Amino acid sequence: MKKQYFINANIVDPYNSINENGGLIIKEDGSIEAIGKKVNTNNIPSREKNIDLKGNYIFPGLVDMRVFVGEPGYEYKENFRTLSNAALAGGVTSVVTMPNTDPIIDNVSIVDFLKRRGRDKSKINIFPSASLTRGIKGINMTEFGLLQKKGIIAFTDGTKTIQNTQLMSRIMNSAKDLGTLIMQHAEDHDLSKNGMINSGIIATQLGLTGIPDVAERIIIERDLTLLENIKCRYHISQISSAKSVEIINERKNDVKFTTGVSINNLSLNENDIGDFKTFLKLSPPLRKEEDRIALVQGLKDNTIDVIASDHKPEDEEQKRLTFAQAATGASGIETLLSLSLELYHNNSLKLETIIQALTSNPAKILKINKGNLSIGNDADFCIVDIDKPWVVKKDQLVSKSKNTSIEDKKLQGKVTNTFVKGVELFKL
Amino acid sequence: MAIKTNKAIKISQKHLLGIQNLSINDVNLILDEAKTFIKLNKSKNKKLDVLRGKTQINLFFEPSTRTQSSFELAGKRLGADVMSMNMSNSAIKKGETLIDTAMTLNAMHPDIIVIRHQDSGASNLLSQKVKCAVLNAGDGSREHPTQALLDALTIINRKKKIEGLRIAICGDITHSRVARSNIYLLNMLGAEVNIIAPSNLMPKEIEKFGVNTFTDMKKGLKDCDIVMMLRLQNERMTSSFLSSNREYYEYYGLTPDKLNHAKNDALIMHPGPMNRGIEIDTKLADDINRSVIKEQVELGVAIRMACLKIFCE
Repeated sequence: MKKQYFINANIVDPYNSINENGGLIIKEDGSIEAIGKKVNTNNIPSREKNIDLKGNYIFPGLVDMRVFVGEPGYEYKENFRTLSNAALAGGVTSVVTMPNTDPIIDNVSIVDFLKRRGRDKSKINIFPSASLTRGIKGINMTEFGLLQKKGIIAFTDGTKTIQNTQLMSRIMNSAKDLGTLIMQHAEDHDLSKNGMINSGIIATQLGLTGIPDVAERIIIERDLTLLENIKCRYHISQISSAKSVEIINERKNDVKFTTGVSINNLSLNENDIGDFKTFLKLSPPLRKEEDRIALVQGLKDNTIDVIASDHKPEDEEQKRLTFAQAATGASGIETLLSLSLELYHNNSLKLETIIQALTSNPAKILKINKGNLSIGNDADFCIVDIDKPWVVKKDQLVSKSKNTSIEDKKLQGKVTNTFVKGVELFKL
Repeated sequence: MAIKTNKAIKISQKHLLGIQNLSINDVNLILDEAKTFIKLNKSKNKKLDVLRGKTQINLFFEPSTRTQSSFELAGKRLGADVMSMNMSNSAIKKGETLIDTAMTLNAMHPDIIVIRHQDSGASNLLSQKVKCAVLNAGDGSREHPTQALLDALTIINRKKKIEGLRIAICGDITHSRVARSNIYLLNMLGAEVNIIAPSNLMPKEIEKFGVNTFTDMKKGLKDCDIVMMLRLQNERMTSSFLSSNREYYEYYGLTPDKLNHAKNDALIMHPGPMNRGIEIDTKLADDINRSVIKEQVELGVAIRMACLKIFCE
């Protein structure tokens, strides 16, 4: 590969506190040689061809902490190849995949298979997570230590929550001993039983069983109480309510943990469900506008650390059903950045805050050297026309599944190019 | 209360999915049309030919006695070709989805489909996939519009009006589509609605529908003109909502003692089928001076005839 020179870009790299107009030089081996305002036409050899980005933005490649891939078992929904293409179209270069596959990622031998598939078929960095319990049954722990040695960097039961408090405390103890990261989807299964949307007037009107926000809160409070005595790496995958933000804010000073939020809960509320739109059947459910505003505020004051896509591809057949029968989840990896930028354009959040929650924060939590543009690192980044208007059309989505939660939504800002290890793998 | 039928007024909706979608004009149109059928249903020759040549399909995914037979009879009295499909032992059991069933039926060119389904929103989904009109005969816990319309007609028949009446709806509100449709309709027609239920059977934020809520039945019944009892829907209850039927009867069963808190001429209604001795004292249910339960069934046919006629046009 030849050396590449980009100039006149607005570079935002929160990890290195860079937020300036400048350039980027990528070495022959795909690593970053230089970055920032000192890279400009004055110090680039005149014989070298440079690319003028004309004020477009450069962000580190996004790190998405919550992504469902259909491989193995549900390849018809999404495989590693289609996932990478969708991710690249959205500027995402690293993902943590959920273990809710068939078979479930809960033992060492399946991890070998996964790593091979990830390496052969994927163009982006795949970090598979493994389940906390065998078969995601919530009964017996998986082998955190052995799985970590195979390269697993995080453990979660994905869509399920550890209900048994004694088991949770044992999981935390093991995680403490082994330095394991636990990611909990906070939901009390008894309180959310048969629930489909937020508990409240919309659920009452539509005649659908509700999921109360206390179902989330009880698990968060329980886990944070356990965490007081068992100090392990603990991450709440995604929260959905104002009450959760409040509790996290209160507890953040006594116990150490991190928190994520799905872009869906940051951008939409329960009113968007309208006339039984099954594409908006999500977990956690969309809640009230007050909750959404509290979540945005939570990001603003650093109560919430991470924005994730919660990308959950489902084929159309699983959504063309009654609301009760329809599958839960929305495809969202390729709209993650554009939808997040809506919060910048409507003056809810600073650009740096958004990019930090999409890049350096998740990377720090996961302890991976991604989501930054440090010199010497792999040049994983995206170029973004931050003002470009476009409309989400499900037929134009790259992902194998078209179950977007924001069909026909007008967005501003689009990824025009995505690079992994200095190689351009996506171009609009 | 009902305004004179103006023949120029057309129904605003293509489908009857719920009371929520109807305007007051729509409601009056249906009620007025239904009144013309009450007499007919009592006469010797009950057959009309206004729907001759039209095909009506009854699609019942949930077992139903009165609603299904009521719709069937209504269609036949109007001269339609009526086909009733009992879906609980049909293609659905073989894994066919609602949309595929809809496509299949659509290909047979029906003029109207009547659907009863255990899932909320099923009639909405069906209406998006077929060309003909869809009448909702009850979807999950969401709406049961013809039941509310027949209840309104029954009240008007007895009390001459709805506006200004105080009406109590009592029982399993959480699981009741009848309650929701009635709340929308009675509110629209100017009644004051009291909802009475134990907290475990009271849906979240129901007070935002513009109703008064009570957990104490006697307080809720105070000075009511109409007492609407609902069936305890044990089949929809997935976990313990109540300790026992006998305790429920003690606190929420309609007994002469509790009824005394309502007005002296208060009428008792029930959408059926009744659980005698659980939500209602068996003698009260049969008290011809107070109970209009049979009249509800009778007027149900008239309402369904009106709906079939109006939505078929």
